[in-house]
Amino acid sequence: MTGPTTSLPRPPRSWRLMPSGGYAGRAHMLLERSATASRRSWLVFLSGFFEPVFYLLAMGQGLGSLVGVLPGPDGTPISYAAFIAPGLLAASAMNGAVFDSTFNVFFKLKYAKLYDAMLATPLGAADIALGEIGWALVRGGLYAVGFLLVMAGFGLLGGPWALLALPAALLVALAFAAVGMAATSFMRSWQDFDLVTLVTVPMFLFSTTFYPLSVYPGWLQVVVECLPLYHAVELMRGLTTGAVSLALLGHVAYFVVMTAIGAVVATRRLEVLLLR
Amino acid sequence: MADGLVQARGLTKRFGRVEAVRGIDLDVGRGEVFGFLGPNGAGKSSAMRMIACVSPRTAGDLQVLGLDPDRDGPAVRARIGVVPQLDNLDLELTVRQNLHLYGRYFGLPRAAVRAKAVELLEFARLTERADDEVEPLSGGMKRRLTIARALVNDPELLLLDEPTTGLDPQARHLVWERLYRLKREGVTQIVTTHYMDEAEQLCDRLVVMDGGVIVAEGTPRELIERYSTREVLELRFEPEHRPAGDALAEVLAGRVDRVEDLPDRLLVYTADGDAAQAAVAAAGHRPLAALVRRSSLEDVFLRLTGRTLVD
Repeated sequence: MTGPTTSLPRPPRSWRLMPSGGYAGRAHMLLERSATASRRSWLVFLSGFFEPVFYLLAMGQGLGSLVGVLPGPDGTPISYAAFIAPGLLAASAMNGAVFDSTFNVFFKLKYAKLYDAMLATPLGAADIALGEIGWALVRGGLYAVGFLLVMAGFGLLGGPWALLALPAALLVALAFAAVGMAATSFMRSWQDFDLVTLVTVPMFLFSTTFYPLSVYPGWLQVVVECLPLYHAVELMRGLTTGAVSLALLGHVAYFVVMTAIGAVVATRRLEVLLLR
Repeated sequence: MADGLVQARGLTKRFGRVEAVRGIDLDVGRGEVFGFLGPNGAGKSSAMRMIACVSPRTAGDLQVLGLDPDRDGPAVRARIGVVPQLDNLDLELTVRQNLHLYGRYFGLPRAAVRAKAVELLEFARLTERADDEVEPLSGGMKRRLTIARALVNDPELLLLDEPTTGLDPQARHLVWERLYRLKREGVTQIVTTHYMDEAEQLCDRLVVMDGGVIVAEGTPRELIERYSTREVLELRFEPEHRPAGDALAEVLAGRVDRVEDLPDRLLVYTADGDAAQAAVAAAGHRPLAALVRRSSLEDVFLRLTGRTLVD
């Protein structure tokens, strides 16, 4: 058999956190694989897009007609739809990323044995972790783009800052994907996935998605302020309503740290699970 | 061995308190088809995983393609092909896409994997199914696709973990024929199996493993000569007429090497099966069925471990 010889991957020197051999610098090959595979499962993209749109119509228009206006992040009154839309944007970025990095990754890890097949190639655990996190990011990002367009259509974007809501949504998706994948590496069976729902649903409902933080008693406010989705919602709301302040950078920092921790834990755990 | 593709000294693998591989020595030369023969749990797959650089060794020395798997794992994996015990094809992709993407994992350019896939589909006799889903393929087709996939990077060394387990006879023969073709093309292969006929068909040289250690090593011919007799007389009896193995050995003393007493039959090891059969009849035993055959690796294994391979 003849053919082109394989060039040896050279891991970048900066990747000190990972054990040697864990990263071949080819995480993008997993994106290529996911893109190829998803050509046949595009329906799931559609459902992920429509879910927040339905929420926006039902809550924003329906409930909004009862609620009227309420104060935005900087005190300026905004419509109820304009208040919840950024929350739904943040939640859809979270849901897309979490779904992909938990259910899909667990299936590939435990049942399809896909990662075992990949580790028989020069790919390492870090390639797999980063590639899968990257795909969850792409998916979350696509939902965000779709929903931002819907928001624009309803006139819910207040100014040029709203353009930054897209990269912000990508960062949020990235952080949730990284932590989701890390969490998945600890799951033993499908039953454990009820925990994912148990975490994401209350977070969706209480992270100031539908009403401001001020409605909660003081102690609960502190709890909510620790939740990642709260930071995502506040970040989006600041950007889409144009109420931009330095506080937004604090939210960004939250997600940068979350991403780093998630990616490192996910890689380490994959190595433990796959390289026995 | 100067040209050794795989060299192991005292190779050991422990999982917690279980010692799966207990200090084995190996030398596999270029172009050779080398076999690990042994029952389930003998340590074959653990040894294979260490050679495939996906399982760090607990102790001992290991060199694959002249490199240390612990240090140069990705560089070694770039030059080997792995056929795992269970097919782990990508069920979300078509047959052809499985080959494409796998080639991409090795860093091959798109045009190269496209051309390679055509060649490999032909090799695996899957050209007609190229754009089908993987799931509905038969077991034999999936196996051939897994083997084809392992060849996408033109490996110098091919590792096959039980390549034909679970396949029907025709499918097995087709796989063997393809592996034989690769051997003629000079691809070094390491095969694990618990099928004697597979080992005899494929392997130039093999080691018999049991309980994590190597109990014998040699060519199939050498092993048979060393550990068994030229012929074997297989006897089946009605349960009530069945003589004890020891009793039969006494009757045949001097004419036969030894007698193995298995649950379903007696095996008489002898240089001359027909003479032994006559002696059995002369002693008044009336077997239900008697068969004289040549010794096989199965007999070697029985001799070495006191157990049959598959049960």
